[in-house]
Amino acid sequence: MAQTAKELSSAPKAGNGNRNTNEVVIDCNISELYYGKFKAVRDTRIPIERNKITAFIGPSGCGKSTVLRCLNRMNDLVRGFRFEGHVHFQGKDIYHHSVDPVAVRRYIGMVFQQPNPFAMTIYRNVAFGLKLNGYEGNREERVEQALRDAALWDEVKDKLHTSALSLSGGQQQRLCIARAIATRPEVLLMDEPCSALDPIATRRIEELMLELKDSYTIAIVTHNLQQAQRAADKTGFLYVDTTQGGRTGYLVEYGVTKQVFEDPKEKHTQDYIHGRFS
Amino acid sequence: MSANIPDQTGGPRESISRQPTFIEKHSNTVFGWATYLFAWLTVLLVLYIVCVIGIQAAPAIRDYGWGFITGTTWDVNAHQYGVLPEIWGTMYSSLLALVIGALFGVAVAIFLSEHFLSSFVFSVGKLFGVQFHPLWAKLPDNFERILKNLIELLAAIPSVVYGLWGIFFVIPLIRPVCDWLNSNLGWIPIFNTTLSGPGMLPASIVLAIMILPTVSAISLNALLAVPPKLREASYGLGATQWETILAILVPTASKGIFGAIILAFGRALGETMALAMLVGNANVISWSLFSPANTLAALLANNFPEAGPKEVGVLMFAALILLGITLFVNMVGAFILQKASEPQEGVR
Repeated sequence: MAQTAKELSSAPKAGNGNRNTNEVVIDCNISELYYGKFKAVRDTRIPIERNKITAFIGPSGCGKSTVLRCLNRMNDLVRGFRFEGHVHFQGKDIYHHSVDPVAVRRYIGMVFQQPNPFAMTIYRNVAFGLKLNGYEGNREERVEQALRDAALWDEVKDKLHTSALSLSGGQQQRLCIARAIATRPEVLLMDEPCSALDPIATRRIEELMLELKDSYTIAIVTHNLQQAQRAADKTGFLYVDTTQGGRTGYLVEYGVTKQVFEDPKEKHTQDYIHGRFS
Repeated sequence: MSANIPDQTGGPRESISRQPTFIEKHSNTVFGWATYLFAWLTVLLVLYIVCVIGIQAAPAIRDYGWGFITGTTWDVNAHQYGVLPEIWGTMYSSLLALVIGALFGVAVAIFLSEHFLSSFVFSVGKLFGVQFHPLWAKLPDNFERILKNLIELLAAIPSVVYGLWGIFFVIPLIRPVCDWLNSNLGWIPIFNTTLSGPGMLPASIVLAIMILPTVSAISLNALLAVPPKLREASYGLGATQWETILAILVPTASKGIFGAIILAFGRALGETMALAMLVGNANVISWSLFSPANTLAALLANNFPEAGPKEVGVLMFAALILLGITLFVNMVGAFILQKASEPQEGVR
């Protein structure tokens, strides 16, 4: 596993903060994706670019989350999952048989739909990733930095050693973001991070994403079109194809957010964005 | 009655709602009282048992008092009675069985809750590109279910059968190991006697098997009750399966697992027949695993048949002590389990 970890991290790295180059961090090309016999996604190619926010939008059941979970091999936990195509992370195929999914998930962090802090203290939640990676340096400093980056520090600095479950939903979600960024992963995947939150907490997370994109590459799945419009640089629209019997998701359109929303090329995208949907 | 909502028949919606009838109302009350009564009857039954034993034990309590608990001899002819070796044997055998049984029980619970078997079958299948027919794919799951039921069936084997199995299988099986340990590591107190047949170790091993279903069934439920989103979070941070199990799943389920262990301890304390057959029934206080010993329950089982009127009182006193210990342990276990099943603050 150490070997693969080295390979993953030693891939060419462009300087962070160089935001003009459209360097692709994750090149995701799914030709076919199955859960057992069920074909969930087909023909989806989305490049995730460095220091940008890429949003996946589309109706329910179109496979947005499935695609996102492909990017750090969370789907490997689903029984019967089968994947054809490739996902290149910094030039390396993460589905190659020599790559350990555990290593992939250490470089590509994830924030989930439901806030899911562990039943331990706030401090230990954030330090969990540090511990997994065997970080020997100053853990307190790292935890504080992660909590500051997640805009949570001021609210929790006096109660770091109380249970994380005592926080509100929005705070819990920011704690989960802090936990995910404590180890400085290259990419942050967010699977509908605001769907369980109220509008104020949602706004807070959005602001946070815009701050984080200077140092991280973010891919987000969202049901909220305004959110994609406000936050995302690039947007991919997925739609469900029911013509072949099943419900298979596929990528309809991908481009700069402004273009996708204001001048969509495909009819399906136009219909969805203007709410003309059955 | 008059304060009831007026009937709205004839209204525009033509509602068919009506007031509950006399019978509907009162059968509800009667049913409520009946369940209340039966629930309290079981409590009264327990109190009645404690009272009867207490009354019968009263003369012995008066005659022997604390000396009964601290005494180490049991001599019917000299009217000398002490149950310290039995209390020691009860606690020692139960704790020993608990260590073995809890280790295996929790391991079984983890094995079943993580679906190790099916994930193994699937990963091997995936390696060779095998697509399982849905019917075959269910096979590992079914096998796991059978395994779970088999483990729970261990609780259905009669105690006396366990005792026989212990005498004819466990003792011959462990004897060579025990002899080796005694001759080579005899200087360690727990190995310093030879196994003459029945003894503490075979009794504890059989006892461990008897409490294993209790530990594994309740631990399994506790592990399955851990929200799947915590598992996801852990994997999402790049934890391996073992790191997830040890750092997240087991600690989150720890209250339930701890409750399971306490309840199993309660069972082990009261177990009678298998122990009476295997423990050796000798009034000895010894650290040695191979030494024969005695337990309160075995003492009662062995001595009641020939007990004279005076001895019955003494045995009732011993029964009262055993009852006290098991009631206490069970109450603590039930309390912890109840705490564990309360929804955790903030988990939504």
